[in-house]
Amino acid sequence: MEWLTKFPEMDRNGLREFKKTVDNSFTSFSRNYGEGIESFFDPLLSFLVGFEKLFLNTPWPITIFTILSICWLASRSILIVSGTLLSFLLIGYFGMWEDTMSTLAIILVATLLCICIGIPIGIAMARSNKVQTLILPILDVMQTIPSFVYLIPVVMLLGIGKVPGLIAVCIYAIPPIVRLTNLGIRLVDKDILEAAESFGANYWQKLFGVQIPLALPTIFAGVNQTIMMALAMVVIASMIGVQGLGLPVLRAISNQYLALGLLNGLAIVVLAIIFDRVTQKIGERMQKYKSD
Amino acid sequence: MNNYIKIKNLYKIFGNNTNEALSLVKEGMSKEELLEKTNCVLGLNDINLNIPKGKIHVIMGLSGSGKSTLIRHLNRLIEPTFGEITIDGVNVLKLNNKGLLEYRQKNMSMVFQKFALFPHKTIQENISYGLIVQKISEEIYQEKSQFWLKRVGLEGYENYYPNQLSGGMQQRVGLARALATDAEILLMDEAFSALDPLIRAEMQDVLIDLQLELKKTIVFITHDLDEALKIGERISILRDGSVVQDDNPQKIILNPADDYVSDFIKDINRSRVIKAKSIMTKSTSIKKETVPIIDSEMVLEEVLQQITKTNHYFVLVKDNQNKIIGKITLKELLNGIQRPRQEIKKYA
Repeated sequence: MEWLTKFPEMDRNGLREFKKTVDNSFTSFSRNYGEGIESFFDPLLSFLVGFEKLFLNTPWPITIFTILSICWLASRSILIVSGTLLSFLLIGYFGMWEDTMSTLAIILVATLLCICIGIPIGIAMARSNKVQTLILPILDVMQTIPSFVYLIPVVMLLGIGKVPGLIAVCIYAIPPIVRLTNLGIRLVDKDILEAAESFGANYWQKLFGVQIPLALPTIFAGVNQTIMMALAMVVIASMIGVQGLGLPVLRAISNQYLALGLLNGLAIVVLAIIFDRVTQKIGERMQKYKSD
Repeated sequence: MNNYIKIKNLYKIFGNNTNEALSLVKEGMSKEELLEKTNCVLGLNDINLNIPKGKIHVIMGLSGSGKSTLIRHLNRLIEPTFGEITIDGVNVLKLNNKGLLEYRQKNMSMVFQKFALFPHKTIQENISYGLIVQKISEEIYQEKSQFWLKRVGLEGYENYYPNQLSGGMQQRVGLARALATDAEILLMDEAFSALDPLIRAEMQDVLIDLQLELKKTIVFITHDLDEALKIGERISILRDGSVVQDDNPQKIILNPADDYVSDFIKDINRSRVIKAKSIMTKSTSIKKETVPIIDSEMVLEEVLQQITKTNHYFVLVKDNQNKIIGKITLKELLNGIQRPRQEIKKYA
């Protein structure tokens, strides 16, 4: 009756062999192709570095002015603009300006990357049920797998640095935009699509003239979520060498610096709120035609 | 000219394994039996229709009778399971993808029950849509959309969005959008059913007005008999995916093909629909007497008014060239007005 109380598991040697084989084959894979893959990501690295330098080298008044102008253009709200101004002044005053700029750079690059990759995938999913059934489980895995688990192979392949950090952020942050692009396009009224079809619109005319414009508010909710999730990854990404607000937080955890952790943590929160409010306002303005 | 749109042996079966289902239907299996045995839904069953050019052809039926399915076969929004559709000599079902798009752009346009306007486009952009899809230059489509905007009475609304307009106005936009492409065929899928009665009557008049001038080939779908009688020059009645009667409105009322049709028409006001020419006794050898002479297109209600004005028991009927073509006695008139005393049987 032993098989009832003890699970009939794989024998210990076999299991060890199995793990060893997986580890070894991945190690040799990364040894053989690691450099190639790394150089593949070089353009991304220089893009990110360039962005970061731009943020860090611009005099702070110009940076603040630019950010405020973008906020105003996007939201048309005095409240949001003045809140943003206050937040950035405080961040600067408490000595977190440079870290904040690094974080902004990686968030923006990660978001751009997610949009460029995520929206086409979402469109493909909306177009075919097969693609949807294929991709949905992948998105589930990306959203639920503990970040540390996929950090292992990423670091093995690419080492510690900005690019693996960026990839980790993107893996975590891309699912919402893919899901909501898919959803938004699928929710477009069938009647309206039929009307476009009845006038002889081709696939691209339907996609860019009707489906995407009508799905845009939903897609934008996805962008908003993607930015929020990217910000949430800042601390974890700093563990593999990403500069920014996450690094002081990490230091604060290991050394029990309460004030340092709190300040940098709050700076992340403030960035998140600004991003959220501004993108939500853009989303609202996209639905202007819905109000009377 | 006469058979502009020809539909021959058209079948549509929804479901898997339609080929097997098709042969079962051709052997005479009923809709219910088919659903039970093969899990396929019979949408259209051996439709044969000829639709003439320049007329309003109404296709009428209750919901589920297949009328919306049928109209969507004409521009292939739905692909048939079997059959043939020829429009102006072109076999529509043989068109390839590119040909089909061009055919939809140039030859037919559609008006929808729920308007189906593009909510993110202005009224002017909505009306121009069919032209923009064809990549016509902005100058031309602006001009055309302005013209149609005025023609349907919406001048000044060009920069509004659809949901800022009332239902009736939205459907005017839908109509203008369909007319702006100058397509010969206009498909109207319950176009006025979502409107309230007064607005609906108004839109019917707008359509009749436009048709007097444009002479388009209009295929109009409705479940409303009064509407069908008001605008239809020919009516096809659909039941469970088959045409049960295809006739002019007068004949449908005077000679319903079966119980289903008679049940359909039992509640209409016959005296306001039946025309003098439909019940008169034909005769050209009547000499003019001092009795009222009425127009052959006059409805019976008005004929009755004419007769009661005088002491005569009959009226003479003239055609539009003022030639006497027949007469109607008071008895014939009353016979025409009263509902035939046939038993209204319940159909399955």
